[in-house]
Amino acid sequence: MKVLIPSALRSYTERGEAEASGATLAALLADLDHQYTGIRFRIIDEQDRIRRHIRIFVNGEQARELSQPLAAADEVVIVQALSGG
Amino acid sequence: MAATRSKSGKAVSANGPTRARAAPRTIVLVATRKGAWIFHADAARRQWRADGPHFLGHNVSHLVLDPRDGRTLLAAAKTGHLGPTVFRSTDLGKTWKEAAKPPAFAKAPDGQAGRSVDHTFWLAPGRAADKDLWYAGTSPQGLFRSADGGVTWEPFSIVNDDPQFREWMGTVQDGTPDGPKLHSIIVDPRDGEHLYLGMSGGGVHETTDGGRSWQTLIKGMDVVEGFGFDPAKPTFHDPHCMRMCATNPDRLYQQNHCGIYRLDRPSDTWARIGRSMPKTVGDIGFPLVLHPRNDNVAWVFPMDGTQVWPRTSPGGKPAAYVTRNGGKTWQRLDAGLPKSQAWWTVKRQCMVADACDSVALYLGNSGGELWIGRDEGRRWSLIARHLPEIYAVETAELR
Repeated sequence: MKVLIPSALRSYTERGEAEASGATLAALLADLDHQYTGIRFRIIDEQDRIRRHIRIFVNGEQARELSQPLAAADEVVIVQALSGG
Repeated sequence: MAATRSKSGKAVSANGPTRARAAPRTIVLVATRKGAWIFHADAARRQWRADGPHFLGHNVSHLVLDPRDGRTLLAAAKTGHLGPTVFRSTDLGKTWKEAAKPPAFAKAPDGQAGRSVDHTFWLAPGRAADKDLWYAGTSPQGLFRSADGGVTWEPFSIVNDDPQFREWMGTVQDGTPDGPKLHSIIVDPRDGEHLYLGMSGGGVHETTDGGRSWQTLIKGMDVVEGFGFDPAKPTFHDPHCMRMCATNPDRLYQQNHCGIYRLDRPSDTWARIGRSMPKTVGDIGFPLVLHPRNDNVAWVFPMDGTQVWPRTSPGGKPAAYVTRNGGKTWQRLDAGLPKSQAWWTVKRQCMVADACDSVALYLGNSGGELWIGRDEGRRWSLIARHLPEIYAVETAELR
């Protein structure tokens, strides 16, 4: 499925869109990390929590758990806050 | 065998052409809130070439050259809202590769709240004999080790999950404003099983068995007065920076939230040598720097620790102070530094000394200025300004 990548993570993917698969969000992120080593830890911490300033949307709805089921036609958007100074 | 000159002027010997040994070149590694720079000096350390920014926009807590090969750099980095990582270069920063497994705490059992690394704060290479061994200290307090030159990192020793250590560490709310930290990881050059570390907060600790067990080293260290804090509890101790003398591994110095100290092993009691600092300046600060060849010489850069603890240069007049007799007396070193209205903050990793014949100090301040203190800090001059807030300064000689 299509995964939209925020600019801060494009050093891994080299583009704003990636293709990855998985029956759950956890599986999708594992596949993404398999393709782009290290990207998962920048998004998800070692306790499997979505990092504080990261949001993940599935078909426009915010996903809060890595166990969320996914279908092949879903669109996943990873968003990183740009707040700060 | 003596070399002679060929017709072309190149040095030759009976074994063929020889290359004249290049003079060592000093570099200064600067980690900042928004990236990292490498400053290359000419032979006189007067002209500097800036190489950077590396990782523009990343918080870089520490940038360290591996002294064992003189080529490998490790950078502890984090983009503001992304998770922390470590980058590695084997060509002095021309190219970088991210660690395959950055420092991360162990996953907590189901139902328990585990900790996550906010940022790696301190990077320390192992002994000369232990090629590719590195240690890292994190915020919140965690101790990690890499045996492959910084490519993969694992939690090291009992420190991260031991209930007693966790109690001493406290919570994120108990730590410094930008997070509690494990720092000052010191490896005894005579014995790789012998390590010291400091925790802000959580005190000073020592292991002599490679991390299987630890002893506290807080005797003699003061705690903040007026709140009834028990000085026997590591929780209330906040070492800011601890260093071991290069020529005398039995001597350590420490800049603490509550004073400047010296420890001569095998004693386990710190002596507050900052009592002899001028009363108007005090002995509060962050960095502590040692002479590369004289264990009686140490430098500090005092900060204002009065009232609301502004942690700026006392009176707006920045100065280093040096002791040349192990802390009995101190002398002010401010020639070349601003004389007034300079409210600097110099963080714990932001002042170092090189090992040249004529030792120079280097410091970075929170206003993005990088300074050199020539002749052991007697004459200060600016190397660079307009950098982001400086988090750490290191120096090395390239050969």
